[in-house]
Amino acid sequence: MIARSFALTLAAALLVACGQPAPPQPVFASTDISGVPWGRDLQLADHQGRPRKLADFHGKAVMLFFGFTHCPDVCPTALSDMARVRAQLGAEGQRVQGLFVTVDPKRDTPQLLAQYVPAFDPSFLGLRGDEKATAAAAAEFKVFFAPQKPDARGNYTIDHSGAIFVFDPQGRLRLLMRPGMGVDAMAADIAKLLKGA
Amino acid sequence: MLLVCAALAAGASTPAAAESISIRHAWARATVAAQPVGAAYLEITSERGAALVDLHSDAAEFVEMHTMSHEGGVMRMRRVERLPLPPGQAVRLAPGGTHLMLLDLKRPLRTGESLSLVLTLQDSAGRHSTQHVIVPVRASAPAEAHR
Repeated sequence: MIARSFALTLAAALLVACGQPAPPQPVFASTDISGVPWGRDLQLADHQGRPRKLADFHGKAVMLFFGFTHCPDVCPTALSDMARVRAQLGAEGQRVQGLFVTVDPKRDTPQLLAQYVPAFDPSFLGLRGDEKATAAAAAEFKVFFAPQKPDARGNYTIDHSGAIFVFDPQGRLRLLMRPGMGVDAMAADIAKLLKGA
Repeated sequence: MLLVCAALAAGASTPAAAESISIRHAWARATVAAQPVGAAYLEITSERGAALVDLHSDAAEFVEMHTMSHEGGVMRMRRVERLPLPPGQAVRLAPGGTHLMLLDLKRPLRTGESLSLVLTLQDSAGRHSTQHVIVPVRASAPAEAHR
């Protein structure tokens, strides 16, 4: 009893000494963006031409990435990381939906997306809109993209945001995963969301 | 470490001009069907200093050097015409940084296969030499090349 009250006094003294309670440990390795007033929905067609919105994936954790197929490094890395997360979660991976929104609808036809996106994971969907719908989707997620001037052969690259957006099974935007954070940390965060975190 | 001496381009025959180049950790990322572009990475050291000025591959119509910068979460890739190789300094091309972009792939790059890459180097005297590298295709970065 004495020991306990001493411990409480010590804890109180430490709190006073520090001025305020220690901040809570972050729950996620990803950046927690829960509650932001943007990234609420998107209205695009999937690679089979069906109109899609986020509510279609209710009950699943959604990983959403904006990219383009003429992107040799960042985009395939993000998609293969997303596929590895889903594989690493085993049976729970059935409750993970990967989405790839093209910011290059001019070159990324539905036919190309239909081959490219499911090659990483057969359950993943490519999403595409016309120029206006693409710009609207990017604006809703504060995604920056800027096609660069084509070279002599007509090739061009696109400056773009490289983060993965993650929604919980209730359809709320929760996390931002940075490129290179690692598949293990990504999978651990998704597992927490699937358990209701 | 793979230590190789670059073959001199025709015309430049002085043995002293032979440029000693070492290349480590070369690999290319496997691509999926329909992926129009690929990326290859390597670590290159020039003992006397040189620049990488041109590249060719049997697997792609064109090979370009691209630098990458991250500012405010935005990835910006820019083509560079030459990549300086300071004397004795290992210049590392790796995911998320400077990389070789393979354009108009002639075939998908499959894990376990390899592609050939011909590097054209220019030494400080302006002499050109070429270097042939066999690049294995991997699904992800080899463990020893991790940052």
